[in-house]
Amino acid sequence: MREHLQKIGPLLLLTLALVAGFLFLDLPSSWEYALERRSIKIAAIVLVSCAVAASSVSFQTLTDNRILTPSIMGFEAVYFLFQTLIVFLYGDKTFSVIDQRGNFFLSILFMLGFALILFKLLFKKGGNNMYLLLLIGLVLGTLFHTISSFLQMVIDPNEFLTLQGRMYATFNNVNYELLWYALGTVLVCFAIGGRNLKVLDVLMLGRDNAINLGVDYFKKVRLFLFLIAVLVAVSTALVGPITFLGILVTNLTYELLKTYKHSILIPACCLICIIAILLAQFIVEKVFNYNSTVSIIINFVGGLYFMYLLFKVKRV
Amino acid sequence: MERSSLIGKAKYQHPLRILGLSLLVVLLGLVSLFVGVRDLRPTDILSWGQEEFMLLSLSRFPRTMALIVTGAGISICGLIMQQMTQNRFVSPTTSGALDAAKLGILGTLILLPQATTSIKMAFVFAVTFLASMVFIKIADSIRYRSVIFIPIVGLMFGGIINSITSFFAYRFNIVQDVGASRDIAGSWLMGDFSGILEGNYEAIYLCLPAVLITYLYASKFTVVGMGRDFSKNLGLNYRGVLNLGLVCVSLTISAIVVTVGIIPFLGLVIPNMVSLLFGDNLKKTLPYTMLFGAIFLLGCDIIGRLIIFPFEVPIGMMIGMLGGILFLVILLRGR
Repeated sequence: MREHLQKIGPLLLLTLALVAGFLFLDLPSSWEYALERRSIKIAAIVLVSCAVAASSVSFQTLTDNRILTPSIMGFEAVYFLFQTLIVFLYGDKTFSVIDQRGNFFLSILFMLGFALILFKLLFKKGGNNMYLLLLIGLVLGTLFHTISSFLQMVIDPNEFLTLQGRMYATFNNVNYELLWYALGTVLVCFAIGGRNLKVLDVLMLGRDNAINLGVDYFKKVRLFLFLIAVLVAVSTALVGPITFLGILVTNLTYELLKTYKHSILIPACCLICIIAILLAQFIVEKVFNYNSTVSIIINFVGGLYFMYLLFKVKRV
Repeated sequence: MERSSLIGKAKYQHPLRILGLSLLVVLLGLVSLFVGVRDLRPTDILSWGQEEFMLLSLSRFPRTMALIVTGAGISICGLIMQQMTQNRFVSPTTSGALDAAKLGILGTLILLPQATTSIKMAFVFAVTFLASMVFIKIADSIRYRSVIFIPIVGLMFGGIINSITSFFAYRFNIVQDVGASRDIAGSWLMGDFSGILEGNYEAIYLCLPAVLITYLYASKFTVVGMGRDFSKNLGLNYRGVLNLGLVCVSLTISAIVVTVGIIPFLGLVIPNMVSLLFGDNLKKTLPYTMLFGAIFLLGCDIIGRLIIFPFEVPIGMMIGMLGGILFLVILLRGR
């Protein structure tokens, strides 16, 4: 425990230093405005980091795998499809029919429904093949993307612009009306997940061992799948999809902290995630002069790291 | 006794069925010739002027030919890849090959904007070949883990290649052309036959030699799929045959992506459907795979052209939806 704390300590310091640097470096003369904008950005980054880190770590524990993350399971595609459907149905009246907040919670509900369908599909015949579930998720994801692009083709171009703003949020364009709702949702998820943190340690031992040790396997897996769905919804609604972020930060965490305790893994992963996004944001702003985006940088680095992992798998 | 009669039956049915399917291809091809915004009727053929014949030879005929060649080519490609990896879920879509072709085209846009078509084609081919080789290496190293794991890794591999594509596209300010290519269903290079005209589609015939080679080497590709040691035991030139297979696949895919764009799932669904219907004897299923591919693509294209007439749904989208659903059915059935 102490040895892990010794590693988390510096991580925490590094995170705080980066956050401070991001907030206070090069403040222009009208500093109040700049500071407010930067604080919103930081808040979004921290929220998204926690959502991505917690959902990815618990998902990898459930699937007993280190190179797959929930965004693969088509969760993001469901979000896109839902947004497209709303605009497709209501056209330019979308904003009068449904406000940002209603949209946010409806999207979460929609994604919960999707998680439930996947879960039912998985356990209906008593089968327990996580890989099959993943492949189904992947194919569904592609299918939903295709249906979305089909609907987008049919939608009136003016109405499409409404949609585009919603679908391609980035860290520079945070959906900050949702920030408070997102914060509340993430806190609720963390509270429920936190109470079951020890269960996650047991689930890591695999299905049979977990059942042997007295864990209600199906119930708990369903619970965590739901939590994961909500967390993914939150991060996608705030800043859009970042496919390889989860893989990058979880594996860095496993490399750094050789432990199986989720009470240590998840907080550490949150910190590493914040650091990764802030570094990427820094590179975007200073090196590329905004001629790139955080998700492109992270996908690029994360993608290369993923390749490295794949070749390492050979020896397992 | 029973066995021999079975074989006899198979031999007897074989040519007849193939003839029937070929006729279906010809029939659908004819229908495809006469679907379009400009109303052409075969019954009025005697009263046609020069304009009608020009329309037919410049636009309609190339389109139909491209459809048939693409359908057959991609299906065969999927089949070879499945044989070489001994995994029925591998295909151009689930191996990153389509995404590599995309990256190759981006490369030609950035590096060789002035080059001739054949040089660009060669460049795209080289990139696709390289990516296929990497994928085969990956598939070989994880083959014993799980059948379903390999296509997952392949899709992820495609995602990485796409992230590289969007990285450079952003750097060179051509994101608008490349579009939201974050995922395999991204709209850039979505398969579309509406732009096919005489003079710009001929590269697609590069698939034909690959199809021929596949016919001759089919059983050898299967042996390669059993692994290096096994093939060497049987006296097969493992490296040679493996590379030949990869060349065929890459050539077909780059020719198709350059001329018509990306057509997802086709190479995955057709070989699986054929194997469900006719079994796994490669020599026997090869012609079926080609014919089914052509029929499926022709059918989807005709529907796509009629569904929102006088506009049309790009074929990539039609196949993406239909193929995705079919793939799901195969997956769930396979249990």
